[in-house]
Amino acid sequence: MLAKRLIACLDVRDGCVVKGVQFEDLATAGDPAALARRYDAEGIDELVVLDVTATVEKRRAMSETLRKVSAELFIPLTVGGGIRTEDDAAAALDAGADKVALNTAALEQPERLTVLARRYGSQAVVAAIDAKRTDGEYEVFSHSGRTRTTRRAVEWAREAADRGAGEILLTSIDRDGTRAGFDCDLTAAVASSVAIPVIASGGAGTFGHFHAVFTAGRADAALAASVFHFSEHAVADLKAFLHDRGVPVRLTC
Amino acid sequence: MIALLDYGAGNLTSVRKALHAVGAECFTPAMPEEIGTPSGIIIPGVGNFAATRSITVAWRESLLAAVGAGVPLLGICLGMQYLFEGSEEAPDVRGLGLLSGRCSLLPPIVKVPHVGWNDLQMRRPSRLLGGLPPGTQAYFTHSYAAPVTDACVATTEHASVFASVVECNNVFGVQFHPEKSSKGGLQILRSFVEISKSPHFQVSKC
Repeated sequence: MLAKRLIACLDVRDGCVVKGVQFEDLATAGDPAALARRYDAEGIDELVVLDVTATVEKRRAMSETLRKVSAELFIPLTVGGGIRTEDDAAAALDAGADKVALNTAALEQPERLTVLARRYGSQAVVAAIDAKRTDGEYEVFSHSGRTRTTRRAVEWAREAADRGAGEILLTSIDRDGTRAGFDCDLTAAVASSVAIPVIASGGAGTFGHFHAVFTAGRADAALAASVFHFSEHAVADLKAFLHDRGVPVRLTC
Repeated sequence: MIALLDYGAGNLTSVRKALHAVGAECFTPAMPEEIGTPSGIIIPGVGNFAATRSITVAWRESLLAAVGAGVPLLGICLGMQYLFEGSEEAPDVRGLGLLSGRCSLLPPIVKVPHVGWNDLQMRRPSRLLGGLPPGTQAYFTHSYAAPVTDACVATTEHASVFASVVECNNVFGVQFHPEKSSKGGLQILRSFVEISKSPHFQVSKC
């Protein structure tokens, strides 16, 4: 049976993890490669590296970071943030990423999804969608959640899938950083409208939140950052929690 | 030395890296005649079956000659589907035909593409899967799948039951990505590398 995936997100700026780094072990604090190895050992199913570097110059260092992260990593690795052109995608994939996530770049030119899917296959192309409830609808925002697009989340997800995206990474702006739980209504609305997998993001705080998004939220995968930092056993404990409640997960020994 | 076929379908970085991790050396032949008789051949690949059109007649002949001489061949994902006669994804493109049967689209009664970790149900002892416990999970990402035939040593279920691992004489294939399947995946690559080191014998068709 296909397992529900748990995905850890590393926000990386200038080669360092900048968000939710609460590991007590100073040797790994901030080092994306060390954190990636640790997550892998703990049984995480997939990793997302989000480049939050502000400038183009510093972004070039991302390939080096990806090389280090992927060097000893044998689970899928997605990179997002700053992927705009075919060359950006090529550089990320050459450096060891398996998938690239496009957000603002896809909203600006949706055909970019098609171009990348034709070149690398849909399995390598993730449409990242940031949505926020406005006037009773889920509206898509670009530029890290700062700019309204007037597009509706479900419609944009459908278009992204039609254009060649292989997965949707769906973030609730309302819930992001709140630890109040995933937005199950948003996730279910999108997940039931597209044939491709939907990764829920934003709001993870408790194990129960993951259970809710995998059942009521119909998510295929759930992404979080800080919740996995709580303890060294967070990933294994969460998987045991889900398994006990009938949610299929990948169990590691 | 393992020959890693590059026909432009997906990046080889991950497979190369995983082979190094299990202590194997590999090379990417630039011309069909460079294949020769390596210790083993891996055909990786992701994406549309039509991508295998880049494997020209000359490449096919080199591959088939090596397999005929007993060189172990491992197809990964699209590379495994290519071992069959063809796929309904690109009906006009011929597969290698080392295994009988054709690949078809997974029934879209559940989410297709099939993306994520799913388990392997072993059907019979296999050299490639030696040592792996039943129910080992591996990372899949595909929409088309191979039929369950005599060559099938493990199946996986997603909408339908399909062949996730095939093995016939020196021809091997995995529908999932061993290079992305953590320890279990590396174990499978290690087994293939070990098989590659053992003496090659000429074999008849599967």
